Amino acid sequence: MSELSDRIKQVIEDEPVAIFMKGTPSFVMCGNSDRALSALREAGAPVTAVNVLPDPAIRQELSQLSNWPTIPQIFVGGELIGGADITEELAESGELERRLEQALGADYRDRSTERVVDLLAPV
Amino acid sequence: MGQVTDELEVMLRDAFPEAGHIRVTDRTGGGDHFQVEVTSPRFDGLSLVEQHRLVNEALAAPFASGTIHEMRIKTRGGT
Repeated sequence: MSELSDRIKQVIEDEPVAIFMKGTPSFVMCGNSDRALSALREAGAPVTAVNVLPDPAIRQELSQLSNWPTIPQIFVGGELIGGADITEELAESGELERRLEQALGADYRDRSTERVVDLLAPV
Repeated sequence: MGQVTDELEVMLRDAFPEAGHIRVTDRTGGGDHFQVEVTSPRFDGLSLVEQHRLVNEALAAPFASGTIHEMRIKTRGGT
C-alpha cells in the first residue's frame, strides 16, 4: 500500500464527510463536483474536500480503494455514498440528511464547516 | 438519435436483458455527455452505490476509451 493510498484512506475514515472533487469548494473545476458540493451544503453537512487535480495518482489510488470510477466521490462516516447523481438523489428525497444524522448525530448542522485537505503537502 | 447513443443502449440491453426500461440520451448534443436510465428488477435490494456500479461496469469500455466523457445515471428497481 502506497503512502498516498494510506493518506486517502485516512481522510475517508477520519473525516465525518469527505468529498474528493475537481477543484476546491471556493474554486470548483467541474459541474459534477459542484452539484455534489451544493447538495452537501444544502443538507448542512460539514465538508472536508480533497482536490484530485494536482496529481492523477490521487484519483487512481482513490478509485482503487473505493471501486468507483468517477469524480466526485462522497463519503459519510467512512462509507461511500456515491457520486454527484446519488448525492443529489439522496438530497432530494431527504435521505441524505437522514444518513448524515445517523452517521454524525442529530446536531451535525451545528458543526457545519468547510475545510480542504492537501494530500500532497508534507506531513 | 446519435450513433453513440444507439451503441450505448445496445451495450446496456446486453448487460441488462431483464430491464423494463433503458434509455440513453445525449445530454448536450455533443455525443459524449450522456444521461443513462435503467430500470431493472436486478437492482431490487441493492444500494444506489451497488446499482450504479453495475451500470458503470456495463459501460466500462466506452468510458475507458473516452467515448463517454461524462455520464449521469438514474437507476430504479422493479420492472
